[in-house]
Amino acid sequence: MNILLEHETPATDLDQMEIVYQRPDALTDLATHYCPGCSHGVIHHLIAEVIDELGIRSHTIGVAPVGCAVFAYKYFNLDSCEAAHGRAPAMATGIKRVLPDHIVFTYQGDGDLASIGGNEILHAALRGERITVIFVNNAVYGMTGGQMAPTTLAGMKTTSSPAGRNPLTQGYPLHLTEMLATMPGVAYAVRRSMHSVAETRKTKKAIRHAFTAQQQGLGLSIVEILAACPTNWHVEPADALDYIRDRMLPEYPVGDFKVSEGLGDRRLGD
Amino acid sequence: MAKGTVTIQTDRCKGCGLCIQACPQHVLAFTEEFNARGYRPVQLDERAHACTGCGVCAVVCPDVVFTVYRQPARRAA
Amino acid sequence: MTRELWKGNEALAEAAIRAGVDAFFGYPITPQTELLEYMARRMPELGRTFLQAESEIAAINMVYGAACTGVRAMTSSSSPGISLMQEGFSYIAGSEAPCVVVDIMRGGPGLGNIQPGQADYFQITRSAGHGDFHPLVLAPATVQEAVDLAYISFDLAFRYRTLVLLAGDGALGQMMEPVEMPPMRTPDATQPDWALTGAKGRPPRTITSLYLDADELASVNARLQEKLKTIAAAEQRWECFMTDDADLLVVAFGTVARIAKSAVRAARAAGVRAGLFRPISLWPYPAPVLDGLVDQVQGVLVAEMNAGQMLEDVRAIVRGRTPIRFLGRTGGVIPMPDEITNELTHMTRVNHRTNGAGMKRDVE
Repeated sequence: MNILLEHETPATDLDQMEIVYQRPDALTDLATHYCPGCSHGVIHHLIAEVIDELGIRSHTIGVAPVGCAVFAYKYFNLDSCEAAHGRAPAMATGIKRVLPDHIVFTYQGDGDLASIGGNEILHAALRGERITVIFVNNAVYGMTGGQMAPTTLAGMKTTSSPAGRNPLTQGYPLHLTEMLATMPGVAYAVRRSMHSVAETRKTKKAIRHAFTAQQQGLGLSIVEILAACPTNWHVEPADALDYIRDRMLPEYPVGDFKVSEGLGDRRLGD
Repeated sequence: MAKGTVTIQTDRCKGCGLCIQACPQHVLAFTEEFNARGYRPVQLDERAHACTGCGVCAVVCPDVVFTVYRQPARRAA
Repeated sequence: MTRELWKGNEALAEAAIRAGVDAFFGYPITPQTELLEYMARRMPELGRTFLQAESEIAAINMVYGAACTGVRAMTSSSSPGISLMQEGFSYIAGSEAPCVVVDIMRGGPGLGNIQPGQADYFQITRSAGHGDFHPLVLAPATVQEAVDLAYISFDLAFRYRTLVLLAGDGALGQMMEPVEMPPMRTPDATQPDWALTGAKGRPPRTITSLYLDADELASVNARLQEKLKTIAAAEQRWECFMTDDADLLVVAFGTVARIAKSAVRAARAAGVRAGLFRPISLWPYPAPVLDGLVDQVQGVLVAEMNAGQMLEDVRAIVRGRTPIRFLGRTGGVIPMPDEITNELTHMTRVNHRTNGAGMKRDVE
């Protein structure tokens, strides 16, 4: 229910205006369970907007991960299923192989995709599965309370690396999207960030490119998105965006690591 | 007359304040009251008339609480 | 209909194809690999989906994904691979995605070897993954029976929205026998009302095994348990061989059961009135039939290629009413008919002294 507050424009004025943004059809009406300032909610609506704009909602199937976004299937207004931890690319493969004309996407966090599901994403990419992978990298395991992930920054304190991640004993941050970009089966592999309005808009365009690559049958498309986790980073939501910019970006620069020659949606820019 | 405006689903707002920080016209502020979820939601403040309906708030909002309106004339410009 | 010579693994594959399997996802492992290889040749010929996965974990999750769209999906593996698939089995059970899995069992534990075994009995009949569920487990003893069971397996999977597990062993998978193949079925064009096919002109569908609310998950489990009860009542399969006048009863399944048949005949030739009870469905176990046989016999011999797994089911059914003796072979050693005959003869002498090789004991 929309509640007009004291200082808002009177309703009579609304009649003379046109709606330039409203809740996308590809989102259900359900409020999310995410923490305040969590990037998942933003990424959800970016995906939903792209699905609406491409007009693909009625033949798109989503595969939800294990992690904070485990209920993604409740928020997207389309057919969806819930994969085991890390297995979304395998499950999506099974779906896409029997429904090749449908659009299939996975939504996965860094623990799900880059750790327990490392093998599944690697081989889905190797085979060039015509699926789209939205890879949300916030450098921690959120759902379980902020443990170290493969993407955790060197020196970053988490509940399972209380002294800060020591690369010599706990490994270096994993650059999975760059790895996938080396594979011929991958049509589109880019990293974007949620730390500013401009970058968020670029993220949406990248998501659109990724779905377009799938529509064109070019191969696997992946958009890695640097995302804020204010709760487990122990910072305010606004400061979490600065954390992405100041801490995450130096380790994980945004960029296009692979853009297939055949991708026909370039007029949208980056 | 304002060039644009927004309506806000305040019952869904979690008070993260990302929109307040992002708004180029600085027309958003927290309410004094709490919503049913225990958060202080955002509202258009006394500078509401300065809203251009640019939609930046909707871009950054994790909870999709904004519906954005704009004067047709501005849109055609 | 002509009878042709078929290898077990390939016969299973062809039977699944004739039953209308739409998609096969698998990973090579001895002694089931010929099934995968056969699918690799045949499925593309028919315009159907074949994919070699990167692991058994991926294979079962591909099956899970394909099954969610309402198609007939299957995989096959052998014991170590079945262990890896348990995660997927559990999710499939929780979300009631129908599918068929073939387990051509080998010796274990660990890497074990590639010889025939039946030591997956616990892992496939008890739960086959975390949480409360049982796959519907069918254990053929001949290649013809493997074909016949594979042919109906998808009907069962879809009727109950359950995982159907065809449990053979390395001997069954590798042996060649004359088989009468069933006709090629026309694929079923109707789509189940739960399948993920895109939310066109209808509300979105979701397939999940996640229910955070305790009461909700409890009610889902109650429904699953009710379904298992229905399966348990309707889907028991067994064979009784020379049991009508039997004094001693051999209980064995799969490859061991067909060996036991020879042993029963030999025992009868030597004056011992033996019979064989062969469960075909390992879950649901055909307990009432065995229960009825127990009161007429003076002893039960359980023979398995493991250290005593089905034995536990038999004990629970016999409940001390008659002595049970156990003959177990592990490591991929197949018991010979005369071993079983010797055990039967031994039991008539009520002699508890161990004789010969193998793992034997009087249970109770």
